[in-house]
Amino acid sequence: MARVAAVRMLNAVTSKYANTNCRTLSMTSVAKAKEVAVRDALNAALDEELERDDRVFLMGEEVAVYDGAYKVSRGLWKKYGDKRIVDTPITEIGFTGIAVGAAMAGLRPICEFMTFNFAMQSIDHILNSAGKMFYMSAGRVNVPIVFRGPNGAAAGVAAQHSQCYGAWYAHCPGLKVLSPYSAEDARGLLKSAIRDPDPVVILENEMLYGVKYPLSDEALSKDFLIPIGKAKIERDGTHVTIVSHSKGVETSLLAAKELQAIGIEAEVINLRSLRPLDFEAISNSVKKTNHLITVEQGWPSHGVGAEICARVMESDTFFHLDQPAIRVTGADVPMAYAKALEDASLPSPADIVDVAKRILST
Amino acid sequence: MAFDKVLKNVINKCLKQPKLLRCLSTHFKHDIEDHVGSKIKWTSTLDFVSPDCFSPIPTYRVLDSRGNILNKFEEPAIENATLEKMYKDMILVNTMDKVLYESQRQGRISFYMTNYGEEATHMGSAAALDLNDLVYGQYREVGVLIWRGFTLSEIMNQCYGNCLDPGKGKQMPIHYGSKRLNFVTISSPLATQIPQAAGSAYALKNQNRVVMCYFGEGAASEGDAHAAFNFAATLDCPVIFFCRNNGYAISTPTEDQYRGDGIAVRGPGYGITTVRVDGNDVLAVYNATKAAREFCLERSKPVLIEALTYRVGHHSTSDDSTAYRSQKEVDERIQNDNPVKKLRLYLENKNLWNEEKEKEWLHLTKRNVLEAFNAAEKILLPKWTEMFTDVYGVIPHHLRKQMNEMEKHLENYRDHYPLEKYST
Repeated sequence: MARVAAVRMLNAVTSKYANTNCRTLSMTSVAKAKEVAVRDALNAALDEELERDDRVFLMGEEVAVYDGAYKVSRGLWKKYGDKRIVDTPITEIGFTGIAVGAAMAGLRPICEFMTFNFAMQSIDHILNSAGKMFYMSAGRVNVPIVFRGPNGAAAGVAAQHSQCYGAWYAHCPGLKVLSPYSAEDARGLLKSAIRDPDPVVILENEMLYGVKYPLSDEALSKDFLIPIGKAKIERDGTHVTIVSHSKGVETSLLAAKELQAIGIEAEVINLRSLRPLDFEAISNSVKKTNHLITVEQGWPSHGVGAEICARVMESDTFFHLDQPAIRVTGADVPMAYAKALEDASLPSPADIVDVAKRILST
Repeated sequence: MAFDKVLKNVINKCLKQPKLLRCLSTHFKHDIEDHVGSKIKWTSTLDFVSPDCFSPIPTYRVLDSRGNILNKFEEPAIENATLEKMYKDMILVNTMDKVLYESQRQGRISFYMTNYGEEATHMGSAAALDLNDLVYGQYREVGVLIWRGFTLSEIMNQCYGNCLDPGKGKQMPIHYGSKRLNFVTISSPLATQIPQAAGSAYALKNQNRVVMCYFGEGAASEGDAHAAFNFAATLDCPVIFFCRNNGYAISTPTEDQYRGDGIAVRGPGYGITTVRVDGNDVLAVYNATKAAREFCLERSKPVLIEALTYRVGHHSTSDDSTAYRSQKEVDERIQNDNPVKKLRLYLENKNLWNEEKEKEWLHLTKRNVLEAFNAAEKILLPKWTEMFTDVYGVIPHHLRKQMNEMEKHLENYRDHYPLEKYST
């Protein structure tokens, strides 16, 4: 699909975020931590899993000779060759179907979309073929496949290139849906997804590819896996729970820092996995803080935040809330092209701070 | 169904010729010649059809690389002024591309795509169309728009997304469109224009109009292309599918995009009349498009044109093509197969162009482009209310409420906003 803006201003994005210092925000041990960009964490995870299991292969547009539109597969074609790193013609529905078929026949494909906007062409194969084959074959045919690529709002590429597919895929039984935030998430979740027997959708974030995060020795180990379906407490707090995923975690952590300055300790939960959803982590946190804010870049209607709020309503967690839960989301409009409107269409730390102050009546 | 139809035919024949009636009971006529409407030719030889058993579909051209006519009977009767406009518009596109490409590099616009190398596909095809025809572009056809009368200001206003941009600043640069010029607004997702063009052609049947649809050889790999070809053929849609085969889809060369004889060979498979032309020969493109248009109108059927050309520039400002092709390859194409040079030599042979005219036009074009560019940069941005419009035909209640709140907010705090940058 759209080639128009796929690789737009990659360098600009990288440099814009290169100085973001996230060291202080991470909960992993930082004593010997190595700073690694999300792009490189994904690259190393791919490399290790390709090496570990010769059934694993990567296919997609521009992934081989060109090193991937966002350079996530840099160097892999040189190392593994045409058999393992496969450039495809521009037919998302075609190569997705082929990847699903390869998985049915026992291989472990990683199907890269140049961006998830283009995966709309493939949605029949992702949902109806990959997502339901295990069920429809009564457990006889499983589809161990990973669908991955950048998701969410990019910069300056307007409505058809800027949207979050988190809620779309998380809606569907049969799929596992991951949404990494940091380099650690990206690395551990991708490795787990490749080894998983079920179809996994990994929604990476284009704006985070160039951002560096610390990786502990443990996270750098070849056997480092993050369990699918488990959230991570990025920051402990006692006054309000902020639940988010992907880029929204960064926004939430920045908000938590601002809130700290006015004496509010926010607990920030990084969902990591949208399906299955770690509601237990959310519930435990709300029982402690009695306040809940959800943060996502996607649209509000029928979204990730909506799902979390509904689960709170349906459980005893509801009785622990002192105030209504509030969603901070992307604006309910197609993404604007104008920079000022684009910025305004996405959740900012200030939006979260405002909501926190409101529900905590400070 | 098929069997019933055959049986019915046989019975009918038998009833007309009573002596055959006896045959029906003992013999069945096996050699049917028609498979529910498509012809059958029987054989007792087991032969697989190899893709190599066809020679490549020939590429039609009118000019040689030095701008000479190869066969005088093929030289189109184009008025001198029109020929000159073809060339002038090519230079205009080149000049404009240079300025806008550089302006993206300077951060003044967010994105751009150049048209270098494909000028003849634009001018040759555009000149053969009627202004009343409906055009769907992919994204690298600004020359077609210019030919039809899209002004430099309209282009610059779109790229800057200012208040004179008919897209009201809602689209990325180069997503032009013009209702006045029957040019459907460019849409980012690849290949969606191809089935849409077939659909529009279906709607516009018997109105003495055709639909022109441009796409690249990469886009032809999308499922949309298949659906479009098949539907246009089965529904008899008057649409010209114009494939600009420029060698590369971002980094993917044609050898990785398809096997077989390019895009043209697919046409007959769908039952579509097809021609392959030298896309760097403006006269060949013109002749092919003109004939295709007449065919479309006379028979209300689709035509496929594959124009072989070469993308001289990078895919877009997001791409660096030196990562996948050599500068030598590009230089050789510019040197030996240059559509702009070819037309210039042809015009010079006809005494329609010379060095002096070239200098004069270059100078004038550069000035006009820069003027339009500088003017667009100074034009106010669209009014703030535009952010609430165009999502739905009628602004729904919740957006109306937000708009009113915003209005009151601006009344109270107007000093805090750069309202002077926005139109009122």
